[in-house]
Amino acid sequence: MRKRVGTAAVLAALLTLVPSAGVVTGQAGMKQSIGKGEGALSIIAWAGYVERGETDKNYDWVTAFEKQTGCKVSVKTAATSDEMVALMNEGGFDLVTASGDASNRLISGKRVQEVNTKLVTSWKNVDPRLQNAPWHTVNGKHYGVPYQWGPNVLMYNTNVFKTPPKSWDVVFTEQTLPDGKSNKGRVQAYDGPIYVADAALYLMSHKPEVGIKDPYALDRKQFDAALNLLRQQRKIVQRYWHDAFIQVDDFINEGVVASSSWPFQVNLLQSKKQPIASTIPAEGATGWADTTMLHAESRHPNCAYMWLEHSISPKLQGDLAAWFGSVPAVPAGCKNNALLGPEGCETNGFKNFDKIKYWKTPVANCGGGRECVPYYEWVTNYIAVIGGR
Amino acid sequence: MTATLSARTVGSPAGLSRRLSTYLYRRPTLALVLLLTPPLLYLGVIYLGSLAALLVQSFFSLDGFTGQVVRKLTLATYRDLLTRANLDIIMRTTVMAAVVTVTAAILAFPVSFYMARYAAPRTKAFLYLAVLLPLWSSYLVRVYSWKLILAKEGILNWSVTRLGLEDALQWLLGLPGIGGPSLSVSLLGMFLVYVYVWLPYMILPIEAALERVPESYLEASGDLGARPQQTFRRVILPLVFPGVVAGSIFTFSLTLGDFIVPYALGNSALFIGQAVLAHQGTAGNIPLAAAFTVVPMLIMAVYLAAAKRLGAFDAL
Repeated sequence: MRKRVGTAAVLAALLTLVPSAGVVTGQAGMKQSIGKGEGALSIIAWAGYVERGETDKNYDWVTAFEKQTGCKVSVKTAATSDEMVALMNEGGFDLVTASGDASNRLISGKRVQEVNTKLVTSWKNVDPRLQNAPWHTVNGKHYGVPYQWGPNVLMYNTNVFKTPPKSWDVVFTEQTLPDGKSNKGRVQAYDGPIYVADAALYLMSHKPEVGIKDPYALDRKQFDAALNLLRQQRKIVQRYWHDAFIQVDDFINEGVVASSSWPFQVNLLQSKKQPIASTIPAEGATGWADTTMLHAESRHPNCAYMWLEHSISPKLQGDLAAWFGSVPAVPAGCKNNALLGPEGCETNGFKNFDKIKYWKTPVANCGGGRECVPYYEWVTNYIAVIGGR
Repeated sequence: MTATLSARTVGSPAGLSRRLSTYLYRRPTLALVLLLTPPLLYLGVIYLGSLAALLVQSFFSLDGFTGQVVRKLTLATYRDLLTRANLDIIMRTTVMAAVVTVTAAILAFPVSFYMARYAAPRTKAFLYLAVLLPLWSSYLVRVYSWKLILAKEGILNWSVTRLGLEDALQWLLGLPGIGGPSLSVSLLGMFLVYVYVWLPYMILPIEAALERVPESYLEASGDLGARPQQTFRRVILPLVFPGVVAGSIFTFSLTLGDFIVPYALGNSALFIGQAVLAHQGTAGNIPLAAAFTVVPMLIMAVYLAAAKRLGAFDAL
């Protein structure tokens, strides 16, 4: 008797699972006209990307939009690109501010739909350097509207470095810093598999014989060289950062003096009067260029298109750049913005566009008949490196 | 309308319920089935069902590029689980849980012993309060305040330097494996915090077990010529052992599953709880997260079986 009940329970549990197997994907064709707003809009965004004046009332680009369109905006913040992809796979969202290491995965996973740029009237104002960027344009089709971009800067303590460090060396190899003490235990690295590309970028300058041309397309030999560098780095890294606020705390309380970081943390630390500055060293830097993408099964496409148009208005772009320490996707956003100031775009890296290798998803088939190491191997191997393997 | 309603509620249900109770009284099996079905359904569908769902998920796999789950039964996920990096994570977590448990037991025993046998009622009430008090504040707040206490610029480091003991601390932090640049980013600091947060869960069951040891047993043992040490080893310890095991189940399983402490402290090397969170929440790799969750379940099963063999549950 008892045994039979047990079997029945397991069977019942199995039966409830199976029907959910087939997931409906895709939607036919892109939108041709914008209708009336549906009254709601949900966006997956990086922290600080969609502000409604709750942290600082000067930074608010949601309230006016809601009033004007009647679309009530709800924001789900995500901490990493992988999390964004996971949330989009779960569904129930309209838009996502995806970086290049997520966007192509979303496109090939059919989680996002083509955007009709004719319906986004300000599309022509988008920085021409971004309009056809490969992280949102596939086979001539646009899968989103550029939002913001920026570099992963080298953040450092100005009490230790009287002059800006010229090389990423200070976070990759053990050495004596200008203050006479070793860098061991005083530097950090980014806690995301995409950081392998930072190591690859460093090797492009320092070990040309490895032959890396693109830090996101590494064959087995190049990938192993990057991992070796990262293993060496593990010995001097105090901790890998993933939470911007914990990194800020570590620079204040834990004696960390140099790390790969975002302008966001630099601005935050400077606002706390800490001796902090940032630079882009000679090797160049990796960076992110984010695109607002539309979910394939969006339930509020009209509101979504209204937001896409709103998202590239110069005022929003300038305010956001000032808030996040990023660079506007619309150059007009750099001008006449009180929050950003006249030099804001310059400070955040507007002229560094060509120095930056933008995050994109590493794929197995990387063109030219080469076989590259795919992203999921970056994930498992980076976890191993952090664990000391 | 009201009249008919009230007539019904007063009249027939009384007769009905009497007839029903008579009917059920004559058929005890049916009564039992009716009483047991709802809780069993709950246990079977919601409780075991979710476990079964978890188990099934762990036999699915993930498309590495699109990040979507492939719903086809395969052992590939378990093959991924058994890579060296993941075995490191499992090993690291298990060793930490074991060390934390042993330390907590060693620290908790004298405290419990004092509470159960020597403390005056007032002192005892105070000690109870002192043990329970930290549990009333948020666990997150306590962990983050420990991060500040253990920081390089934190109060502990400051006091140690004031006492002229920084060489000792540096030596401790220089130890391979458990050391690090500062206490808050070393396994040592993590261990301190774990012992702190789980200690009450060890003290309370040991104390309860000690209270149940009759005073007369100890007197009898003494009368029969046993030295205090012998009494402790041959009388007290065997009687209190179930309490120690109960406490150890708490501290061990709580450490196995925790992900907050290694998120805030330690050197970024992952623990099982974090790996589950990272694979499930962040990477969307639900199959691997499910496979990872099976690991602590297996470890706990082995642990409980070993405890049973040692006679921990004989008194139940």
